[in-house]
Amino acid sequence: MAENSPATIPVRGPTMIRLEQLEKRYPGQDRFAVAELNMEVPEGEIVVLVGPSGCGKTTTLKMINRIIEPSGGRIFLEGEDVTAANPDRLRRRIGYVIQQVGLFPHMTVAANIATVPKMLGWDRARIASRVEELLELVGLEPARYRDRYPKELSGGQQQRAGVARALGADPPVMLMDEPFGAVDPIQRQRLQDEFLRLQREIKKTIVLVTHDIDEAIKMGDRIAILREESRIAQYATPTEILANPANEFVEEFIGAGSAVKRLTLTRVANVPIGSWPTIDATADDHQLLEVFRGTEKDFVLQLDQQHRPTGWLTRQTAYHRNLPRQPLAIVSTVTPQATLLDALNAMLRTNSTCAVVVDQSNTYRGTLDFDSIHLLVQRDVRKERFSEEGAAPAGEQKPVAESRDDA
Amino acid sequence: MSFFDYLQANWPRLLDLTIQHAVLVLISVGIATPLGVALAVATYRTETPRKLVLAVAGVFLTIPSFALFGLLIAPLGLGYPPAVVALVMYGLLPIIRNTITGLRGVDPSITESALGMGMGRWRRLLRIELPLAWPVIIAGIRVATLINVGIAAIAAYVGGPGLGSQIFSGLSRIGFPVAVNLALSGTLGIVLIAIVLDAAYVALGRLTTAKGIHG
Repeated sequence: MAENSPATIPVRGPTMIRLEQLEKRYPGQDRFAVAELNMEVPEGEIVVLVGPSGCGKTTTLKMINRIIEPSGGRIFLEGEDVTAANPDRLRRRIGYVIQQVGLFPHMTVAANIATVPKMLGWDRARIASRVEELLELVGLEPARYRDRYPKELSGGQQQRAGVARALGADPPVMLMDEPFGAVDPIQRQRLQDEFLRLQREIKKTIVLVTHDIDEAIKMGDRIAILREESRIAQYATPTEILANPANEFVEEFIGAGSAVKRLTLTRVANVPIGSWPTIDATADDHQLLEVFRGTEKDFVLQLDQQHRPTGWLTRQTAYHRNLPRQPLAIVSTVTPQATLLDALNAMLRTNSTCAVVVDQSNTYRGTLDFDSIHLLVQRDVRKERFSEEGAAPAGEQKPVAESRDDA
Repeated sequence: MSFFDYLQANWPRLLDLTIQHAVLVLISVGIATPLGVALAVATYRTETPRKLVLAVAGVFLTIPSFALFGLLIAPLGLGYPPAVVALVMYGLLPIIRNTITGLRGVDPSITESALGMGMGRWRRLLRIELPLAWPVIIAGIRVATLINVGIAAIAAYVGGPGLGSQIFSGLSRIGFPVAVNLALSGTLGIVLIAIVLDAAYVALGRLTTAKGIHG
């Protein structure tokens, strides 16, 4: 158990899928394709299985709907042991999306989507309205696309139709095998974003396989990093994995860019925001001088009556009273919902070392400077270095307050 | 007697023979098709049986037709039975081979997604695999038909129906003026059947192939 699932975290929601001692061994082979896998997938979450090629992640996925029959262990779906259930009936409860999509080329988009509802014996009217609903959900205008054949769709549209088909009979669970692998990078990003938006509506329990750690971090509520024989190297939230990789394998798999990757996970709202000397726009020269005397900074932030930042004042304006008080315009403002990477980008774009944090009504909240981002990154780098030497510095590793802001 | 005079004088009989010939071919293909498709469906996923079936059907096609028709007289007598049996044997190979090729040519991602959606073995075969393989299968049936239109002429040797009797009569009267008329009318009738059936297959193929997989 300890060998198999280090750093397993307690499951939040009720368990939708439970794999118990699941294993697959092909006849005539010494090694397991999947060895004694124990795993729980909570309801309504996206769990990503990620790992190097040949690690058994796809085999694991295909055992859940028994396209590959396990040679040992048990599969539970909604608490029910389905290891020996009728495989066809089981599969109608589980949406299935593969990389090549696999739409039926001799059927229209509508007929493709209607496949499972038809097998389940839904009546025509119900099927038609369901098809309509699903096409709208995935962003394919029903009137335009319903009667098209798959070859008349672009790659991205085919992928959307594939997702709609998998959702046909509203299954509680979806299995997705490299679902965004067959489209170009720009399309992929768009499809990923769209799918995340979709998932917020449909709240399915999803198991997604990918070899791409960045996709895993982006898509996963939870990530299982698998090593050979589908052994779990770490099963945790993306944040936890990036902050505290459980072992060398995970660290290596995340790669050197983990610090930057973390920046995309962290929202401005979740890091300590610094304060900067400010001054009211109505203040006189004397007050301005006082402010500069009390700080080492060369700029102070000018706020208007409503506490909205209006610009930067330099030390020179304070010392040379005859100069007109001309604030430098502020370009790099970010909202608390922005990611740290967005903040960093804003700074780099404006060639400043500090981004002004404002809320929705543009009210000044504080500042985030380059140093504090640098500190976060450095902490990661230092930790990596320590763990390379085999010992993590105890006590020093308080993870910075952060979480994925899903709201 | 000119060829046209001959046709004018004998057309009712010639038409009768032509219809008999076409019916013989269609009966044999009508039996060979379900048989061949069934054998292909039963064997396309397993290597040894598949090779065995293809080898046997291949051997059938290499047996000289005269010999085969002759050999079938002993068990089946004269007339339709040996003719139909021999033609079914000749028609099997193209049908089996094309059905296997067509079924094995279905994109595995399509069958996998069908499987993953909970379509059972038969449903997958009938709804997905056979419709997708159909253009290749019907091409095989067409080849079998054309082969049999030619070979069916030999059936007259065992007393079978069709235009073969014209050709055989002509051949046995070489030297007599009527010989050419007999052989030529038989041959032209066979060519005519071939052309008509071929066109019918093209039309049938168009009509029965699902819209999404044209061209």
